[in-house]
Parts: sequence; C-alpha cells; structure tokens
Amino acid sequence: MSGLNLTSPHVTGRLSVSWVMGWVLLTLVPGWIVLIVSFSVGYAINMVLALLTALLAEALLLAWRGRPVVFFLKDLSALVTAALLALALPPLAPWWLTVLGTMIAIVFAKQLFGGLGHNPFNPAMVAYALLLVSLPLYMTTRWASPDFTLSIADTLAVIFTGQTPIDGATGATPLDVYKLDISRLTSTEVLQSPVFGGWVAEGWDVANLAFLAGGAVLLWKRIITWHIPVSLLGGLGIMALLFSGDADVRTPIDLHLFAGATMLGAFFIATDPVSAATSNRGKLVYGLGIGVLIYLIRTWGNYPDAVAFAVLLMNFAAPLIDHYTRPRVYGHDKPVKGFKND
Amino acid sequence: MTTLAAIATDKVFALKGGIHPQERKTLSNTTPITEVPLPSVLILPLAMHLGAPADPVVTVGMTVRKGDVLATAVGGISAAVHAPTSGRICAIEDRVIAHESGLSAPCILLEADGEDDWRERHPILNWREQPVDELIQRLRDSGVVGQGGAGFPTDVKYRNKHKPITTLLINAAECEPYITADDRLMRERADEILQGANIAKHLLGASTIRLGIEDNKPQALTAMREAAKRLGIDMRVSVVATKYPSGGERQLIQLVTGQEVPRGGLPSDLGIVCQNVGTLASIYRAIQLDEPLISRVTTVTGEAVDAPGNYEVRIGTPIETVLNQTGVHLKKADRVIMGGPMMGFALPDITAPLVKTTNCLLVPTRKELPRPMPDNPCIRCGLCEQACPVNLLPQQLFWASKHRDLDAAELHSINDCIECGACAYVCPSRIPLVQYYRYAKGELRNEQEEQIKAERARTRFEARQARLDKERLEKEARRKARAKAAADARAAKAEAGSGEPDAQDDAIKAAMARAKAKKAGAAQATADLSRVDLEKALELAATKVKKANERLIVAEQESPDMVPALRKALTKLEEKHRSAQAALESAAQGTRDAADPKKDTDS
Repeated sequence: MSGLNLTSPHVTGRLSVSWVMGWVLLTLVPGWIVLIVSFSVGYAINMVLALLTALLAEALLLAWRGRPVVFFLKDLSALVTAALLALALPPLAPWWLTVLGTMIAIVFAKQLFGGLGHNPFNPAMVAYALLLVSLPLYMTTRWASPDFTLSIADTLAVIFTGQTPIDGATGATPLDVYKLDISRLTSTEVLQSPVFGGWVAEGWDVANLAFLAGGAVLLWKRIITWHIPVSLLGGLGIMALLFSGDADVRTPIDLHLFAGATMLGAFFIATDPVSAATSNRGKLVYGLGIGVLIYLIRTWGNYPDAVAFAVLLMNFAAPLIDHYTRPRVYGHDKPVKGFKND
Repeated sequence: MTTLAAIATDKVFALKGGIHPQERKTLSNTTPITEVPLPSVLILPLAMHLGAPADPVVTVGMTVRKGDVLATAVGGISAAVHAPTSGRICAIEDRVIAHESGLSAPCILLEADGEDDWRERHPILNWREQPVDELIQRLRDSGVVGQGGAGFPTDVKYRNKHKPITTLLINAAECEPYITADDRLMRERADEILQGANIAKHLLGASTIRLGIEDNKPQALTAMREAAKRLGIDMRVSVVATKYPSGGERQLIQLVTGQEVPRGGLPSDLGIVCQNVGTLASIYRAIQLDEPLISRVTTVTGEAVDAPGNYEVRIGTPIETVLNQTGVHLKKADRVIMGGPMMGFALPDITAPLVKTTNCLLVPTRKELPRPMPDNPCIRCGLCEQACPVNLLPQQLFWASKHRDLDAAELHSINDCIECGACAYVCPSRIPLVQYYRYAKGELRNEQEEQIKAERARTRFEARQARLDKERLEKEARRKARAKAAADARAAKAEAGSGEPDAQDDAIKAAMARAKAKKAGAAQATADLSRVDLEKALELAATKVKKANERLIVAEQESPDMVPALRKALTKLEEKHRSAQAALESAAQGTRDAADPKKDTDS
C-alpha cells in the first residue's frame, strides 16, 4: 500500500470513448450493407478509402501536433467521421473525391480546431458541404441507379481510372428527381421513374429503415438520447404536413422521411454530441431546427438533400441554444438563462 | 405499550439521474456488529465535527473516567469531546488527522487504563416531562453530531426554530456502495433508533416520523417495522429504489416528499428535519442512558480485508489499529479509503484516528478499484447530464472549471453541485470531473474572500481620507480665524494711531474701518508674497477644486453617505480659490499703485 492521494469517486463505470464510437460504427453497418446491395459496391470502396485516409490523416496531424498518436487513434472517432462521410458521398464518385473529403474533415474540420471534442462543426458535414459547393457535378450525378448494377470491375474502373460510367448506371437521387420533375409533371407521372420503385424509393427506403434500426440500438444502449432524432423527424414531418399536402406541388412526406439521408442524419449525424446542443431541452430545439431547415432547403433551396447544410447551420446556433435552454437546477425557482448571472 | 402503531407505506417520487454502481454490500452485511478491542492510546481530535473546534478542559496528566468531558463546545456550531474510556491524559498536541491532505490538528491523547470505568451517569427516562431546552443542552453536552457524513452538530438542528417542523425524516437509504453500517445498526438496534426518533420528534414538535430506506435492505426494514410496532411508534415508510445518490439529504427529501429544498435553504424550510439512523441511536443513548458519543459503528470492507463487517469502534482509535484488528492485508491493499467509493477519500496516513463521522473504512485491492486511467477529451456526450441528480450540466461545468472561467461556472450553478461523483462515474472519457468542480469551487471561494477583503480595505481607505480632509479643513478654518483676528487688531491699532480729530465712535464708521483694515491686512499679507507665488497658489486652489469636484461625482455614485462631507469640503475649497483670486487681484492693484505713487497722494 502506498500513501496514495486519490480522490473520489474511486469507482468508475466501464464506458469509454472507443466503446461509444465502436457502437456507432457497428450500428452503421446494416444501413451500409443495404446501400451496397441495393446500389453499388462503390459504397464499400468509398468506405475503405475514407477509413484509410482518415487514419492516416489523423495520425499525421496528431504527430504534427505533438499528441500521443496511438492513444487518440484508439478512440475510433476518426473512423466514425470517415464512415459517415463515405455513406453520404455518391458511390460512383472518383476516388480522389472521397480522399479529399476525408482529409478536409479530419485535417481542417477536426484537428485544426483542436482534435476530438473541440470541433464546433460536424467534420463529415463540413467536408460534404464543401465538396457539394465546389464539385457539384460529381456530387449530384454519380449516384448509382438501383436497377442497373455495375460489375465490380466496372465500378473500380469508374472510381479509379476516371472512366465515364455507362449510361443508365448513374443518375440523380429520388429527392432530386422529384423536385425537378414535379414542376412540369403530375405526381403520378413523376413516380413512374424507376427510382421510385419499391416501397417509397427503391433502395433508399430500406437503407433508411436500416439506419433507423441502427439508431434504435444506439438509443437502447443509451449512447444517444431520443431528443435530437425525435425533434428532427418531428420538425421535418410537421413542415411536410403543413406545406407538402399536395404531392403535385411539392415532395410528399414519405419521400422526405425515407428517400434521402434523413434517418442517417437524424440518428447518426445530428446526434454528434461534440457539435450539438447539450441540455435535453437544447437538443430538442437543435433537432427541431435541423428538421425545419432540411425541409426549407429541400423545398425552397437549391439542394435536393439538405442534411449537411441544416446540421452545419444549427452547429452555429448550438452555443446560443445552450445559453437559453439550461435545465432548472434542484432547488431553483427557474432555470438560469442567458449570459449573465442574477 | 398496548396501542397499535400505525405503519403506513407511502408512494415514492422521482429522483432525476443517478447511477447504479456495483453495490458490494453483501461483503460486509452478513455478520453481526462486533467490538474492536480498546487500543492503548486514543487520539481525539478537537474538531471531529463541522464548526468551531472544541476547547480542552483537561490538562496533561489528569485522570479521567469513561464519558468525562475532555473538551467543550465553543460557540453556536460546535461539539464536545468525551473520554471514550477511563485513563490518563498523556498529551495535548498536534497529530495527523483523517484528512485528504494528511494535515495535522490539535488532539487530546488519552492513555487507556484498561478499567473502562464509567463516570456517574444520569439517565433521563421521563424525557417527555423535561423542558425541551434542557434535553437539547444534553445533546450538546454529549457531543452528538450527524453520523451520516458531514458531522453537523445535532443540537443545532433542534435549536433552529425559524420554521415549524412537521416531519422527522429518518435517513436510512445508505446509498453508497460497500457501506452497511446503517443496515446492520437497523437490524440489530432498531429499538434504539426508534426511541431516538421518538425523542427527536418530541424535541422538534413534529407530528410525523417518516423512514426513507432503499429496497436493498429488506431485513433492516423488517426490523424497523417490528420495532415500531413493539414500541407503539407511528411511522410512514418510503421504500425507494436502490440508486445512488438517493441517500443524499436533499435527494431523499425529493424522493419521499416530491419537494425540493429551496436554493440556499434548509430542509427545515419544508418543515423537515432529516437524521441518519446512527445519529438517532446516539440521541437515545445521550438522553436515556446519559452516554455521550464515544463510539460508533463503522464498516470495514474491501477485498483486502480478511474479516469484512461492521465494528463498534471507540472514537479516537487509530485507523491502523482498526485495520489490524479486522485482518487487513496492507500489502494487498491499494489504498485505504475513509467513506465509500463514491465520496470517500484516500487516507495519506493510517495512523490518523477514527472520528465521529467515519462510517466506513474501505480497503480495496488494486484490481478491485483500479487506478484512474489517462482521460480522453470531453466529447460532450451528455451522459453526465443524464446522471446528474441535481440537474446541472456537468460538461459545461467541466469546460468552465478547466478554463478557470469562474463566471461561467457560477452561471451553471456550480455551487449547487453536491460532488456525488455520478457524472465522473458515467463519463466515457474518464475525466475526473469532481476534481475540476472542487477546484473551481475553491477558486470561487478564494475570489469571494478577496473581494470581501478588498471591499473592507476600500471602506477603511475612504474613512481615513474623509478624516484627513476634515482635519485639514478644520485647520484651515482655525488659521483663517486667526488671520482675521490679527488683521482686525492691526486695523484698530492703525486707526487709533492716526488720531483723526473728528473721529466718531458710531457703528457705521467702525464697520467701514474694519472693512478697510481687512483690505489693508490682506494687502499686507499678500505683499509678502511675490506675484509668481500668488499665481501658483491660485493654480493650486483651482486644481484642488477640480479634484474635489471629481471626487464628489464619484462619491455620488458609490458612497452616498460621503456626499455631504465632500460637498462641504468643495464649498470651502471654492472659497479658498476665490480668496486666492482676490489676493492676486489686490496684489496686482498694489503693484500698480506702487508704480504710480502720485495716484495715492491725489486720492
């Protein structure tokens, strides 16, 4: 025995950051597999590229910043960022797009802000938004068509050699198609397009359900709380009910919920705790804001899917939300709001 | 007693947050309470309680009997110290006490004679007929303090009459892992506890006795119910789910009543007084047996202990002795913790004595309670927020504390933190959050003390400044009066010397003469000074007026009580300024007159 001067608590739980990140990665797997099976093996290739790039970039930056490299690589947070980006990027985009995006996420959006826990914006979404704004052609036309499957060799060729994909193998996303076509066609006519096969939108609907299931596991494991997903889906749903009543005018609610990145965004992206609001009430406001913004941007903005922009905008607002949504502390009459103490 | 006691079970309210660490209670709660043999020397710190240290009333060499007072309570919040056994006082000196920093404090050392010979005792059996004040005084004289942890002198709770008390709440939750002292005490001495509760209820004028107990102590609950029936004591029971920290006073009140103790308030604001079971047993012993608090039940547990269990230990027994008697393998042990694993502290020195608040000695192996690992950065996951029982935002407090942003820490109500450690327990980044909060709290306390000090210094400085100003003004006034008198005298003399034949004695003439004399006097006074000097004096007077003006403006905003004095000073200074101006003018006049001597003769 030593005269050890340790203070309470002497006992800690078994949770760790790598456990949290590990579960996030694990629960992404079902959705990922659905995307590969339904659309393209490009999702698998993207994932490998992103994960490797992320590890390398993180290690280099940590070494450069004089931080313990192995200790921080073990927290798996770089892999989560990479995985989210790989799932969000079009599967038939050229390899350098994925690598570039991952480097932007890890180097600029994460490490240059101070590494894990210090980034004000969701790194994967920073990278996605930057790519979408800078390289819109690749980001909007390289989505795989659900009923035309490229062989693995062709997919590799498209990604690595810059070969132009065969006609019909690529296209726009269902949300994009609907938004473009509804201006000149009726809803029934728009829905004739093969991208709206299946239940809501072929491939996308099952992927969304798979991400929803993964999110449910995170909820059950108490890694995330219900506040952000519920308020996000609620915000988007309410907006769709209010303004998308006529499917001949605007994208209907089922497409909003199940044909885009909504479930991935609600359970995996918006719930990134580092860049989100903190208190339970704050998370409700934050999630609601994202939901409403997704609808606004999808409907009246220039982008068919809007999770990245909505999340980034609310990232900006998170510190402010935190100041006005503090919980009422035990014994207090009311919560302390704002920036000044009474 | 023949009346049938009514024992009701109440519904339990919600407690936010909390955690479920491994309980490890069965390690120590299966064996009866046994006594630790008397050590040869007992070390009795004068401050085993919250409040002022007791004042020794014995001297070295004196022989005392068991239960004799060794040191008396001083002031409002304090507790007496008694001889746990008979013997001789062998020293009164600083000894290492049980404290996180290993600090030393004044202690009385008692060498046991082995006789264990009681002093004369005066039990109060008919306490219902005794004046309440006398009973409370008995508690104070018996050195009874809260045995749940803080060691708050018990008599103070009964003296506090700012709100009528309706409820005595018995805290039997014992939510810390490992600790089972209250559990065993209830199983074995429920009668004592409940008789103590009955006395406490009487002292408070309360109408209800309520029991708050966790559902992991069914035998203890049964024992308490049966004792209540036997003694004919009405009691309402709230069985709360096992969850840490439900045994915190404020948390238990929330669980049992659904109410929150107001911020900065006391349980008595809700008409509640909360007492730990051990404290109630001590109240019973102090009143009905006239036994002061000289021993207590302590859990000795952990995987490095051969015979974990609960022990009746005399206060002042060196912890080392207790550990030896209970078969602790100090080689296997990683540390000795006083208190439980959630809120206890590691003892730097085990020669320190066991005190009135020592409810547990936890001696774990390193495998059992591993050393802390290097922490990861905070990822703001919010698990801490879900675990916080008082609804704080621990991650925000962490950032504020880490960056010593004390304003932000206060904004997030850091002083409402009860340091239960639930946040640190759930933290996936394993950040020692409680240490950060303690640091920030300490810094805040320091800052507030500094502020009070600075405020005092400012008041002192201002008072001194005012006094000096007043003195200077008085001096000035006296000087002026003297100058005037001298001038008058000179004028009178001059007038008398001129000897004008048609001089009349009427008042008007005299007054005119005085005025003239004054002018002449002033001229004479200033004649001594050169023009340059006068200009300097005027300038000085002007700056003084300006400064006084500034001071007055500041004072009007900050210390209104200073304003009249400053205003008066300003008027005086302005007067001085005017007279300086007049002097300069008249000096100028004088020079002109001197340059043109004709003028004088012409006029």
